[in-house]
Amino acid sequence: MKLRWWSVMGMGWLWPVSTAWAAEAALNSGDTAWMIMSTALVMMMTPAGLALFYGGMSRYKNLLNTLAMTFAAYCLTSVIWVLWGYSLAFGPDQGGLIGGLNYFFFSGITPTRLEGTIPTNVFALFQMTFACITVALVLGSIVDRMKFSAWLLFTVLWVTFIYCPIAHWVWGKGWMARMGALDFAGGTVVHINAGVAGLVLALVLGRRIGYGKEAMFPSSIALTALGAALLWFGWFGFNAGSALAADGLAGSAFLATNTSAAAAALAWMFTEWLVNQKPTVLGIASGVVAGLVAITPAAGFVGMGASLIIGVAAGVLGFFSVARLKRKLGYDDSLDAFGVHGMCGTLGALATGLFADPAVNSGGTGLFFGHAQQLLIQLISVLATAAFTASGTLVLVYVTKALAGGLRVDEEKEVVGLDSSLHGERAFEIE
Amino acid sequence: MMKKVEAIIKPFKLDDVKEALNAIGIQGMTVSEVKGYGRQKGHKEVYRGAEYVVDFIPKIKIEIVVAENQLDPVVAKIREAAYTGKIGDGKIFVTPVEQAVRVRTGETGTDAI
Repeated sequence: MKLRWWSVMGMGWLWPVSTAWAAEAALNSGDTAWMIMSTALVMMMTPAGLALFYGGMSRYKNLLNTLAMTFAAYCLTSVIWVLWGYSLAFGPDQGGLIGGLNYFFFSGITPTRLEGTIPTNVFALFQMTFACITVALVLGSIVDRMKFSAWLLFTVLWVTFIYCPIAHWVWGKGWMARMGALDFAGGTVVHINAGVAGLVLALVLGRRIGYGKEAMFPSSIALTALGAALLWFGWFGFNAGSALAADGLAGSAFLATNTSAAAAALAWMFTEWLVNQKPTVLGIASGVVAGLVAITPAAGFVGMGASLIIGVAAGVLGFFSVARLKRKLGYDDSLDAFGVHGMCGTLGALATGLFADPAVNSGGTGLFFGHAQQLLIQLISVLATAAFTASGTLVLVYVTKALAGGLRVDEEKEVVGLDSSLHGERAFEIE
Repeated sequence: MMKKVEAIIKPFKLDDVKEALNAIGIQGMTVSEVKGYGRQKGHKEVYRGAEYVVDFIPKIKIEIVVAENQLDPVVAKIREAAYTGKIGDGKIFVTPVEQAVRVRTGETGTDAI
């Protein structure tokens, strides 16, 4: 049982605990089965869940391009991860900043090697699916206008130089883990990271032609709703799987995840109903995702009551971020990667510092349970992630621009639509 | 003399109009799906707070050519059948027609309609 608590505390800072228990560790087939399933669940979130969620929101002439960017992000990151990504994120710590290249090309990751009670290769694959969805989330900010070649290059650079270091800081026994930052399944590593990177990319790329002047209808809210449902389903692997064991904590994370998603969907729906007179399906689907994002860092640390509060807050915050804040500031974050993931990820990371309940997980105690400093630690982790991602992404965007010969498609291609001009296909044939 | 009647109506009223015209012996019509706006204007759609006004509303356009003595009952029947009393019920236009020819037989004038 003691082993379990440590494995729960941070997906990766198992080793510093001591080698005493490591010697006793044995493979648990229940845990292993659950983690293989969880990995498959999280995999589905990218090329199915996110692809449809985003694809349905992009314009009909860019639906396939959105799917292409999502699929390509998954495929590229899968390959990068087994070549050098896993090693950079989870290799032996180098000064708290990055992992060593010891596992380059997956060397040494033999089938018998264990990470806690599961095989290391399962752990590494589970982590891979997180890297894949994080970079794919970024593209929500820039659909309808980015060159496909530039997107591919950006993906390679961003996973390597931004995702891997941050994953190392938080989960690979880097400096944030040592500081005591709580991030159960990726509030900072995944959502703040992707949201801020998306915003930076959107600001450099500029707005879409006609943004704010002409109507930009989503191609299919039905696809978006189906995508949100698949994300929700996959998120049980994402959050409950982050317990790294098939146990009560996984169950607790599952409960918090579902409750928060449902509460946020209702909160977004009612807020929109009140403000804009209509409860839209896009609003309900967006609320689901906002609630899932916000509960991600907190899932394995907070009780059911807190998950309800976090969910409601996420639904309201998400709505005002995309419907008001974006318009006020004037940036074209096309599908609201920043508005939903950046904002609600920040909400969740801070809420973890408030609501972390030692009765749920002895590894985390928040302000309401007597550890006020936790909130400060969470704030530092949010600011550090945002600052590193913003500055690092800005550099990589300009490197990408230089290497790809520009970031944006030319005006004619953008107006015609990327499906036809970049891929030579169309999503629908409707007569 | 012949007249062409063009009626722009609400799509769900097409069957009513067709039956009303059949009942007074009108044996053919041409129907097309059209879009436009008049006093009804468009409607508003809101996606994540972004408001888009949809200017053009789907309508049905019916075209019928009739003999002059049938004109008044045809217009009256269309108006009666397409009426809901709400804004957006449509409009009826009448124009003179110079000639009509039935392709199969070569008949002309009112014999061809």
